Amino acid sequence: MEMPEPDRSVIARRREIAAALRDIVPGEGVITSEDELKAFECDGLMAYRQLPMIVVLPSTTEQVAAVLRYCHGAGVKVVPRGAGTGLSGGALPLADGVLLGLGKFNRILDIDFDNRCVVAQPGVTNLGITNAVAHAGFYYAPDPSSQIACTIGGNVAENSGGVHCLKYGLTANNVLGVELALMNGEIVRLGGKHLDAEGYDLLGVVTGSEGLLGVITEVTVRILKKPETARALLLGFPTNESASDCVAAVIAAGIIPGGMEMMDRPAIHAAEAFVKAGYPLDVEALLIVELDGPEVEVDLLIERVRAIAADKGAVTCRTSTSEAERLSFWAGRKAAFPAVGRISPDYMCMDGTIPRKQLARVLQRTTELSTKHGLRVANVFHAGDGNLHPLILFDANKPGELESAEAFGVDILRLCVEVGGVLTGEHGVGVEKRDLMPVMFDEDDLKQQQRLKCAFDPDALLNPGKVFPILHRCAELGRLHVRGGQTPFPDLPRF
Amino acid sequence: MATVFRPRDAGEALEAVRWALAGTHALDVAGAGTKRGLGRPINGEYALDLSGLAGITLYEPEELVLSAQAGTPMAAIEAALVARHQMLAFEPPDLGPLLGQPANAGTIGGTLACNLAGPRRIKSGAARDHFLGVAAISGRAERFKSGGRVVKNVTGYDLCKLLAGSYGTLGVMTDVTVKVLPRPEKTRTVLLLGLDDATAVKALAAALNSPHEVSGAAHLPPAAARRSAVSYVSGAGRAVTAIRLEGPGPSVAYRCEKLRAELAVFGAVEELHSHNSTALWRELRDVARLVGESNRAVWRLSVPPMAGPGLVAALGRVLDVAAFYDWGGGLIWLAVAGAADGGAAAIRGALGDGHATLMRADPAVRAVVLVFQPQLPALAALSRRVKENFDPRGILNPGRMAAGV
Ligand SMILES: Cc1cc2nc3c(=O)[nH]c(=O)nc-3n(C[C@H](O)[C@H](O)[C@H](O)COP(=O)(O)OP(=O)(O)OC[C@H]3O[C@@H](n4cnc5c(N)ncnc54)[C@H](O)[C@@H]3O)c2cc1C
Repeated sequence: MEMPEPDRSVIARRREIAAALRDIVPGEGVITSEDELKAFECDGLMAYRQLPMIVVLPSTTEQVAAVLRYCHGAGVKVVPRGAGTGLSGGALPLADGVLLGLGKFNRILDIDFDNRCVVAQPGVTNLGITNAVAHAGFYYAPDPSSQIACTIGGNVAENSGGVHCLKYGLTANNVLGVELALMNGEIVRLGGKHLDAEGYDLLGVVTGSEGLLGVITEVTVRILKKPETARALLLGFPTNESASDCVAAVIAAGIIPGGMEMMDRPAIHAAEAFVKAGYPLDVEALLIVELDGPEVEVDLLIERVRAIAADKGAVTCRTSTSEAERLSFWAGRKAAFPAVGRISPDYMCMDGTIPRKQLARVLQRTTELSTKHGLRVANVFHAGDGNLHPLILFDANKPGELESAEAFGVDILRLCVEVGGVLTGEHGVGVEKRDLMPVMFDEDDLKQQQRLKCAFDPDALLNPGKVFPILHRCAELGRLHVRGGQTPFPDLPRF
Repeated sequence: MATVFRPRDAGEALEAVRWALAGTHALDVAGAGTKRGLGRPINGEYALDLSGLAGITLYEPEELVLSAQAGTPMAAIEAALVARHQMLAFEPPDLGPLLGQPANAGTIGGTLACNLAGPRRIKSGAARDHFLGVAAISGRAERFKSGGRVVKNVTGYDLCKLLAGSYGTLGVMTDVTVKVLPRPEKTRTVLLLGLDDATAVKALAAALNSPHEVSGAAHLPPAAARRSAVSYVSGAGRAVTAIRLEGPGPSVAYRCEKLRAELAVFGAVEELHSHNSTALWRELRDVARLVGESNRAVWRLSVPPMAGPGLVAALGRVLDVAAFYDWGGGLIWLAVAGAADGGAAAIRGALGDGHATLMRADPAVRAVVLVFQPQLPALAALSRRVKENFDPRGILNPGRMAAGV
């Protein structure tokens, strides 16, 4: 993975740029010392690091707009950053770019129970929103595992998911509006406390745009009342195949659980060793299926899922009978990433999504690829929506292992696309999957996506080097190649 | 009479767009044309009729996914889904009759291009939220695709969302993939009678703020209730406030009982069962019957739910209006009589957060009134730039949404 060649002439103007930014954001808000810049050198994809040229931490929308307007005029690149928990390198700094951190935007602006929404600044954490409304029995549904740290602005930028998205939708389905500062310093509001856009659904494309279209300075999300009860089933299976069949059968039976997660043998063992959740160790695959709603419904669906699981050959089947027990089922799943971190010096988390019916086949092929690349793999993932998270274990200190891990990851993602799936389900393309985009999209597809970018940021100053493998200039993308059309196509029916 | 091109496949559609691009001919892009009366009139010399691109190409009920060519009739999709106890959860309305067209004649492409959604919008989202993948032809006469066939996908910009609600102005969709969901096993509707608008919306908020997973929350003031074909509703002689619950039988029964108890503070609580319940939600979804006389201009207002009644009351003081509410008060269907501009100036003047779309009016009115909510300059300019980047010569439904868009 190569980043675009830094522009020496911009780096040469560093002092002048920092001074101009200090005029906009006075005091501590502009960081230039190497010690302090270091805190921003990477996001959650720690294999890639780069010191930013300057960090700026504005605290008002006007300051954000002014920073962007200045950078636009001065031809300086900008990388937005929330909490830096992203796993695809979306917030990776640029040597010739300003890193714009939204950490100071940490206030909830409005809690509106009657209209069932919360208006928050983008730096508020995902869990911060739920915490602000929990006293009244409400919550914000999308729940990435990183929810204590990741920001709502970052969630919108990545269209993040979580365990509960199977039933309650992704970020995109739960965001009502944003305020967005464009690279030219203009501010637009998309959506609000009402539903649906009044023109083009720009909110829909900004969600998941990975900081390439604008800087989100305010977010309105919908909140939901907590279900009356939630219970979980812990199901153990003798093979990955039988567990995968069970997942497909539950959905096919018309049941959409609150969450349906799967772990394979290596993940079960790592998690059990770490948190002693009481997981069975003699199974190949574990499913955690959570049903939520009124008690009568939960009880009914638990029985249905239990019957399906038995039919698919489950060898353990436990149903939570208390809140403590339900949480214990989840404890291992929630700690799975750090648990894997304990058994390997490094790991890399992949994120492809596949049609559910391909789960068994893809897991089987992943095992074969593990042998081929000589690296272990553990699988912990959102089975209900086919979103895989193979964790590739490696040791970056051993020569060649990082490269092998990357090659392994590429093979897995190609496989996902081959079986009808996609490169990334929730972590984003960033720099990590950038060069794989042509596996899924042809040149015209990618060019049209970039034309959307041209409408927002024609000079490609906002987060360049991310998402798109080849950066075309907007002038080139705008050129029309008019072909044919002379003959009035004799075969086409006309009336 | 415009010349109509009716391609039989995506290749022919591409050929037609290429031809239009070469000569800068505006194309009136449509599926079955049932919603041609929606938006600003185009008056193009050429029309691109996509109804020949028909057929379900993939339906995997156990994967909750369906792909079809864009011109596939909604009726065909409905029939396939019903056979497997599934549905499009956004409850696509059939606006044909509202717009003076036949019922049940629309296409999947048209439904998605207008991003329409029925009463279940509040629980399950709009068309955009179920639109997983697309293949389309841009105004540059280039094919492009976006999305896929899986529910969770963040690979590149979500152009499905952009095309949903673009009224054919950004691309000619040829193939679409949507998420489908299981049909609820049981449905019941709780009714409150005789509430004024403001109290009704408070009752709806109470229901929506409960954990009972309400999937429809509407209010019919007396005049609208009288028009219902459900005799229980029309015969009530009063306003009718309706709350829908769906799910497995025992769950619906339980939630219904709880909700009735919780809403008792708003007065007597009644219930509608099975086919009466289905009929009422269909009327609410399709609008035509409940807005009354066909000579009235009809507006669709999307506002913060609690703002609905105040807005309608304010408009009632300056216009001859009849209204009913869906989406817990957040969606207002407003029928206006006797105003030369269809009521545009008054409505847009009174509107705070939200937007108003003129859904039905004479072409003469639609040609001069802004059919879609006007945008602030920065947003309008951004929308125009989006249009230019998809359709630089303005050949796809030019001006359908706004001048230059
Ligand atoms: C342990 C762990 C578990 C995780 N679990 C999940 C999970 O379950 N589901 C999931 O989906 N993700 C998960 N993630 C990934 C990550 O937490 C999410 O992508 C999250 O949304 C990123 O938020 P952030 O604030 O950290 O954003 P950052 O990492 O700072 O930024 C992410 C991207 O968003 C852009 N951005 C950030 N803020 C803004 C803004 N205000 N305006 C414009 N662009 C902006 C950045 O430029 C960058 O491209 C996990 C990460 C970790 C480390």
